[in-house]
Amino acid sequence: MCGIVGLLLKKRDKRRDLGRLMTPMFTCMAERGADSGGMAVFGKPLADASRRFSLFTSARGYDWQGLLQSFRQTFQGEAGDGEAAPARIEPLANHAVLVSSVDPSRVRAWLEDAEPSVHVLSVGRSIELYKDMGFPNEIAERYGFAELSGSHCVGHTRMATVSEVTPIHAHPFTAGEDFCLVHNGSLSNPYMLRRMLESQGIAFDTDNDTEAACRFIEWRLAQADTLDTALRHAFRKLDGFYTLLMATSDQITLVRDPFACKPAVVAETDDYVAISSEFRSLAHLPGIAEADIFEPQPEEVYSWKV
Amino acid sequence: MEGVKPAVELDLSQRTLREVNDYLHHKISEHKGLTVEILNPAGAHGIAVGLDAPVSVHVRGHAGYYVAGMNKRASVTVHGNAGTGVAENIMSGTVRIKGNASTGAAASGQGGLVVIEGYASSRCGISMKGCDIVVGGNVGHVSGFMAQAGRLVVCGDAGAGLGDSLYEAVIYVRGKIHGLGADAREEPMTETDRASVAELLKKAGFEQDPGEFKRVASARTLYHWNAEHRGAYG
Repeated sequence: MCGIVGLLLKKRDKRRDLGRLMTPMFTCMAERGADSGGMAVFGKPLADASRRFSLFTSARGYDWQGLLQSFRQTFQGEAGDGEAAPARIEPLANHAVLVSSVDPSRVRAWLEDAEPSVHVLSVGRSIELYKDMGFPNEIAERYGFAELSGSHCVGHTRMATVSEVTPIHAHPFTAGEDFCLVHNGSLSNPYMLRRMLESQGIAFDTDNDTEAACRFIEWRLAQADTLDTALRHAFRKLDGFYTLLMATSDQITLVRDPFACKPAVVAETDDYVAISSEFRSLAHLPGIAEADIFEPQPEEVYSWKV
Repeated sequence: MEGVKPAVELDLSQRTLREVNDYLHHKISEHKGLTVEILNPAGAHGIAVGLDAPVSVHVRGHAGYYVAGMNKRASVTVHGNAGTGVAENIMSGTVRIKGNASTGAAASGQGGLVVIEGYASSRCGISMKGCDIVVGGNVGHVSGFMAQAGRLVVCGDAGAGLGDSLYEAVIYVRGKIHGLGADAREEPMTETDRASVAELLKKAGFEQDPGEFKRVASARTLYHWNAEHRGAYG
């Protein structure tokens, strides 16, 4: 079974603890039987035009500095590669975060053309994303989840029942900018959603059912829906079982399907909101004994702002 | 009268769950009236499952899935919340949850009493086969689904689809019913019903007035497939 976890820290001075508090939540949910896992973390937003591009390649020993040089040569003299704010890259194993203010659609097009082995996992001013195959303890270690800081994060431990097990099929999924989604459950009509979205010109990275839900909700957001309204549409359109946990640059949002088939528990204190598939992954959190603990109701939208 | 025995303490932060359950299964059957305290449960699954001894077990904190599942003769109290399937398939004895219970509480329970002092989530008493359940708060959707025998008493409200496809279990609800399931219907309370509710409330230690409860039972139209009833299977 998949496991979902989310944590939002309400107090600014606690944000350095995000990864330290979140990592045991993530590794505990690996006991639900994980084949892969991932984490999206939202930090302080970059300046207006700058974006973080979370990149991944399955190629071993990939030359990330080479990618940066080639990127700079291509976009030399453009915004984001000037002396004041040159593009930079922060490699971490086979992931890297590229920071640049070149238009995201041009960055994607360039990568597809020049570096087809490199996947864009997320784009935004706040989001960074790491996901990979393997046991979640190893993934957390590999990408230093315990050292992550930020205001909020969502994570997922996957036990695949639909579509392949690859890093790209792991969650979180993203669409647009600063939006990500993790899912416990399975959808029975992802291809219907997908065909509808593809006719709107929306491209998919995988054949995964969760990606269809993620792109559907982001498509509604792009139509100027609020997340709440987008989810009302999703309740009508998504068929299947789902607990969905989403994050944007300033909030996390949780919903369950009409039958509440998949588990979720919320613990809230003055310091944090923590969400998990199971209480036991929250048991280590400070002040948990006094936390307000509840199970979300079916088809209710629960949101918490940073 | 037996002398008061000191409680045995088992700390789940110091011992494995397997050690704790092994103790409860194999080391206590001769100790009638023994009290066992389980400390630091931290939401672990399968605590105190499969007991078959006349002992008292207190779980001091929140428990995970299937706590006190398959219970026989023992009295288990969780001083916190319980996860999915608390007291699943209870045979006899008493299981009490001081907090809230997650989905499928007392599922397929065959005997004994399950008391949830707080709220119970969806599918409470699903397929119950003779146990009694008393819930101090609300129950979630599709509670009592396909319940075959026994009594479910709800002191608060009941979620949508209550008693869907009921067999011969009877449900009593004090608060609002947010919708009955297929083939469930509200029926007049009889003296026997009021006595049943009074007895169960007393056992649970609750003080509500039995006269305030409604009775929900099966209309028995779905016992056998009949093409004319296909609409009711929605």
